[in-house]
Amino acid sequence: MPAHANRIDVGDLNVYYGSFKAVEDVSMVIEPGSVTAFIGPSGCGKSTFIRTLNRMHEVVPGARVEGKVLLDGEDLYGADVDPVVVRRQIGMVFQRPNPFPTMSIRDNVLAGIKLNGARIRRSESDEIVEQSLRGANLWTEVKDRLDKPGSGLSGGQQQRLCIARAIAVQPDVLLMDEPCSALDPISTLAIEDLISELKKNYTIVIVTHNMQQASRVSDRTAFFNIEGTGKPGRLVEMDDTAKIFTNPSVQATEDYVSGRFG
Amino acid sequence: MTTDAVPATATGTLTHRRLPRYAPAVTLALSAAVGAGLSAAVGFSVPAFVVGALLAYMATITIAAGVVEGRRKAVDRLVTSLVYAAFGIALVPLTSVVWSVLANGLPRFGAEFLTTSLRNVTGLHDQQAAEGLAPYIGGAYHAVLGTFLITALATLISVPVGLLASIYLVEYGRGRLARAITFFVDVMTGIPSIVAGLFAAALFGVLFGVGTRNGFAGAVALSVLMIPVVVRSSEEMLRIVPNELREAAYALGIPKWRAVVRVVLPTAISGIASGITLAIARVVGETAPLIVTAGFTSSINNNPFADWMMSLPAYVYSQAMRPLSGSTPEPSLDRAWAAALTLVIIVMALNLVARLVARLFAPKNSR
Amino acid sequence: MTITTTDVQTPPNASSTPAKNRAGDRNFSWATRGAGMLILVVLAGVAAFLLLESLPALSADPADIEGGEGFFAYVWPLVFGTLAAALIALIVATPLALGIALFISHYAPRRLSQGLGYVVDLLAAIPSVVYGLWGIQWLAPNVRGAWQWLADHLGFVPLFTGPASATGRTLMTAGLVLAVMILPIITAIAREVFLQTPALHQEAALALGATRWEMIRMTVLPFGRPGLISGVMLGLGRALGETMAVAMVLSTGGFTWSMVTSGNSTIAAEIALDFPESAGLKTNTLIAAGLVLFVITLAVNMAARRVVTRRQAFSGAN
Repeated sequence: MPAHANRIDVGDLNVYYGSFKAVEDVSMVIEPGSVTAFIGPSGCGKSTFIRTLNRMHEVVPGARVEGKVLLDGEDLYGADVDPVVVRRQIGMVFQRPNPFPTMSIRDNVLAGIKLNGARIRRSESDEIVEQSLRGANLWTEVKDRLDKPGSGLSGGQQQRLCIARAIAVQPDVLLMDEPCSALDPISTLAIEDLISELKKNYTIVIVTHNMQQASRVSDRTAFFNIEGTGKPGRLVEMDDTAKIFTNPSVQATEDYVSGRFG
Repeated sequence: MTTDAVPATATGTLTHRRLPRYAPAVTLALSAAVGAGLSAAVGFSVPAFVVGALLAYMATITIAAGVVEGRRKAVDRLVTSLVYAAFGIALVPLTSVVWSVLANGLPRFGAEFLTTSLRNVTGLHDQQAAEGLAPYIGGAYHAVLGTFLITALATLISVPVGLLASIYLVEYGRGRLARAITFFVDVMTGIPSIVAGLFAAALFGVLFGVGTRNGFAGAVALSVLMIPVVVRSSEEMLRIVPNELREAAYALGIPKWRAVVRVVLPTAISGIASGITLAIARVVGETAPLIVTAGFTSSINNNPFADWMMSLPAYVYSQAMRPLSGSTPEPSLDRAWAAALTLVIIVMALNLVARLVARLFAPKNSR
Repeated sequence: MTITTTDVQTPPNASSTPAKNRAGDRNFSWATRGAGMLILVVLAGVAAFLLLESLPALSADPADIEGGEGFFAYVWPLVFGTLAAALIALIVATPLALGIALFISHYAPRRLSQGLGYVVDLLAAIPSVVYGLWGIQWLAPNVRGAWQWLADHLGFVPLFTGPASATGRTLMTAGLVLAVMILPIITAIAREVFLQTPALHQEAALALGATRWEMIRMTVLPFGRPGLISGVMLGLGRALGETMAVAMVLSTGGFTWSMVTSGNSTIAAEIALDFPESAGLKTNTLIAAGLVLFVITLAVNMAARRVVTRRQAFSGAN
């Protein structure tokens, strides 16, 4: 499978909710095959920003962007671009695990394919289910109960099921919006291990509140900040993770990663 | 000194003079006696006895509590007895309704009643039956059939329209159109059923000639009443589907309409089905709109698009108000009660089904 | 545009054509929007047809209208009867409903209250024609004596002027049947809002040393007032528009102040009784009366809506 068509360029991006500017003037490059972490205090716009990378922000009425997001040179916000197709290529995992309650584990994994109306053979779908669940380190735990509802799993298992569901459609990029914030430490560890596995095949962007997590899993880290309530969030700096955590070039970043505020 | 005082003050401040626990029971018994005496004075009757006893009880317990426990407790006891009394009074008509339907409806209710129509049954038959010369005949098959057909048609019209409109309101609607629909759906829930009937009658009069009456016109009238109920209950159910599920679907690159049809609707389906069942239960007993749209008949009519069609509520109404035999109305009244019982059974069954559906098919969110 | 089969065979990355998706989305959203608009059209149709069909009655020569004095002379006694019956129902039902709702929510043992709530819901579902049958067969004979007593002892009040009806089929009886009918409706709504009173408020009141009634007066009633009012308004709307109970129970007739004698009628009952056999101008007159009823109930429902704004749609989005 091609795992290289996935460099993201963001240029001068502003995000608005109605007339409120939530994120201002963000430019960054996300390299293929890397793990990029977004850190920053609450309300700094990092979750809002990550949702603009696959046009999920459009789900909220009144949300809009100015600027460019290029996936391998193609603008996600171009005139003829269908957000549905964008999301097929840039998958997303959410803060709280959200398996579809009416579907079995198996159907959850296949949801992205089946709900698009594609008809596939049983053998083929079995293969996709196994591959995706193996890819999410969940196969051995659920292989005997694929027809049970996905909501019967533990929180950490549910989140891995959601990851399996996201990778089943074979996206190029995987966005994760605080994927571990609702999980216990053991499940968090399992997800972090999974992320280092997944980066072989996918470009990963992860929003996290947990700085240890950012330093453990990511190659690059972007620090977002906000000057005050009502002000838009901004990208303060972005660099190699090691540099951000040891020798950042901006004072605010150092204050944040050393725990002086936030 | 202080050690002496502690036990004494403790009992002194925390306990208060109270009526003994048996006080209400004793008072009630005494009041019953007083009530009996009072009602005997005005010529004994059950209502007079009950009212007398009730007033006596309230007065006694309030005064006693006022003297022993203080004013606040007295008010509390008075309100308590008022609340219990309200409940007791309300029980009288409500149990009486249920009892009347059962006691009067059961004698004629049965397979024969449900499988025969009223065709060619006349007042003469009723008179002979009342005199014991002939068996009671004449059932409500045609009315049950008509109710079934008309309600089914109304459901066929209302459910797609109502469900789609509620999807519009929840998933698509923003701005003026959505607000207008929400507002007018609320207005529609308040339309008197007879007005809905007049609308359908006038509509069919204009389209197919004055005086056109058939089952379909009845179904249209019922739809006017049913659509807002379906919209509101479905809307409520769709709104409680968590947004997270919609986002999960969108993030998989699923077009919105498929996300709605394959993820949102299945999640809410038990509530929606239950709401629809309750809407059916509501319109199945509607009488007034059918009287002016579907008319009356004593014969079986399988075709809702032509000729007058009987329904159960209209059957109850016509048997009660226009007995077949003016001189011996009892057989007709018995039929009215039996039909009323049938109707109540249908409505109760629908309510029960709605509850079961809501409970059984609810998505299992817990582990 | 035309590739379909090849796509389907390789489901991963099967980005089915954007155009296809958009068409599905567009059709579906238009279908839902169409359904919504259809509702508006139907309501407009109801209003338009009623207006159109009642115009002949409004513009006809007064002498041709039943009663010979024009439409308004014909309709006002009906409006009076409609309002009077609904008012009687409201006066009787509201305090009782309040009592039952409080009984279920705060007085009855928990086990019992759940069952009672269910029973109340079922009673609200009983069709009106059944209440009508009960009213004529059971209630009317049983309250006859009471009306006789009122006429005998309070006959000097215009509302209770004799002679009392010998059958008991009076506007007062019809009002009582309506009261029984709307009792479960008001009760169901009142009980619902009473049960939603935050437990914290109630505990706070009790912790201050309030008796049960003081707690209810301090927390439950203020909290439930809007819900109670909307329930009462809903009951009023139902009582105004209710047809069968009145058509069956009341022995209709011309206008009279007395509530305990035969006579009076309501709009809905008049339509139900006369419409099936009406023709020509009489039909138009009845439809015009229906329009008047529509306007009255609309006003009541709008007022109710103003009291209680609907719950805002909640959103789970971050």
